[in-house]
Amino acid sequence: MMRMETLPQQLAPVSTTFWKARSFFRLLLPVAVIAGLLAAWYLICALNLFPAYALPSPDAVWKSLQEELLAGRLVNDVIASLWRVAIGFVISAVLGIPAGLWLGQHLSARQAFVPVLNFFRFLSPLAWIPFAILWFHIGDKPAVFLIFMATFFPLALATMSAVAQIPAIYFRVAHDYHYKGIELLTKVTFPAVLPQVITALRVSYGIAWVVIVAAEMVGCQDGLGYGIWEARNGLRLDSAVCYMIMIGLLGMGIDRFLAQLTKLPKVRWGYES
Amino acid sequence: MKNRILLEGVSHGYGAVPVLKNLHLSIYPGEVVVLVGPSGCGKTTLLNLLSGYIKPLSGSITRNGIIRTVYQKDGLFPWLTVAENIGLGLRSLSNKTRRENELRELLHLIRLEGFSQHYPHQLSGGMRQRVELARVLAGDSDILLMDEPFCALDYQTRMQMRWELVRLLQKRPRTVVFVTHDIEEAAQLADRVLVLSHRPATICRELLIDSPRPRNGTDPGVVDAMKEIFSELGLQAAGNGDGYPKGVVDFSQGHEEVQIDQLVVNE
Repeated sequence: MMRMETLPQQLAPVSTTFWKARSFFRLLLPVAVIAGLLAAWYLICALNLFPAYALPSPDAVWKSLQEELLAGRLVNDVIASLWRVAIGFVISAVLGIPAGLWLGQHLSARQAFVPVLNFFRFLSPLAWIPFAILWFHIGDKPAVFLIFMATFFPLALATMSAVAQIPAIYFRVAHDYHYKGIELLTKVTFPAVLPQVITALRVSYGIAWVVIVAAEMVGCQDGLGYGIWEARNGLRLDSAVCYMIMIGLLGMGIDRFLAQLTKLPKVRWGYES
Repeated sequence: MKNRILLEGVSHGYGAVPVLKNLHLSIYPGEVVVLVGPSGCGKTTLLNLLSGYIKPLSGSITRNGIIRTVYQKDGLFPWLTVAENIGLGLRSLSNKTRRENELRELLHLIRLEGFSQHYPHQLSGGMRQRVELARVLAGDSDILLMDEPFCALDYQTRMQMRWELVRLLQKRPRTVVFVTHDIEEAAQLADRVLVLSHRPATICRELLIDSPRPRNGTDPGVVDAMKEIFSELGLQAAGNGDGYPKGVVDFSQGHEEVQIDQLVVNE
């Protein structure tokens, strides 16, 4: 009897400390891994396993980062790349999501277009580089075009299959309450696929961010990809590493931002198991 | 108005499979009609015809009034809150204050006042079905079609929902067509039970139950009605000595060959 009375009282504080420790460790673990990688990098450089021009040391990269930031070049390139990705991505979403909605609702349209869409989806967007330059010359346009080619097809296809899989019951309910035409599309079909569309946006954003670096290596005078290419030409791999760190951090950051969309109350249901 | 719903010579089928055969049926205002029958006999097809979601191959269906359906489950839009889902039923009301008052009253009626801003996935199965009931009762609906609305719930919740439905219908009378395979549920809720035959379905028995609601499962009226329905479906002990209903195979006797035909009720 004594035990039964005291047990819950003991359990409560123990479990809170336990969970506090758990969450602390959860934050600490990735930091430890990053510190480990940095230490390995230091060690490899200190042991002179590779020549300094082939593997820049953390110190060199840190110095180079300060230079790039002071010169304003890095910030300029970040803005250029973000701008191109944003434009290409928005065009892709504005055309791809409605295309997917339309295809999802019409079986014969699906049968007609899906093979072609799949063909282009599996065609690496980098294959379009010669055409991009011929058609759009230099500047933002070829890069935007490549981003569009990289993201339009996966977005349209994902939206399409989400629409095709909407449970029939939603359309029966919609019929009961007289949803028709454009209202049916905006009030029923679109919200029903929104969780999957958000997931597709995250995935295709990932593709876009990978493609922009390659796209900017040709036909651009600025941007993160161009920065890496310039660094290679000048044999400044310390500067290339700065750009790589920037690309990785920005990619993660924007994905975290897009992940916040999944927390919106109107789409939360789509992610609950 | 004489009929809420009138079916005249309605037949329907899918491809070569006839599902409903020459159905005649009138449903009167305020009546609770329960359809029972073997599974796959076309009860859901009949409800889809009544709601106008599909058109019959032949025959005519006349409806007088606004029809709404309560589905087995997942009939609520998951991207809308409880209040917004009920609001679907109030779409025809143009007056905003009237809509809000009606919504408040409905939430009170189903005892979910504190849940108006919750989403369906945050509610239990029974609460979700209560929201569905509020949605179909909202505004100026006349006819409620119910497609096994409580069968996805656990036993106790299902019992509570029967009382809930009776209570709601006393507050807001409607014409109800209720499909179920639960014979006790049929006997407790119905003014009139229609027993459907195997596919292609026809009405093979009509049963009036006039004892007052709410009815307990042990009310004599309910028990008698259940006996009648059981016997109509071939599930009643036939008194042939082995103690088993005629449609049921006695497995304890060690039958060597179980004939599937014998398991099918109401041949």
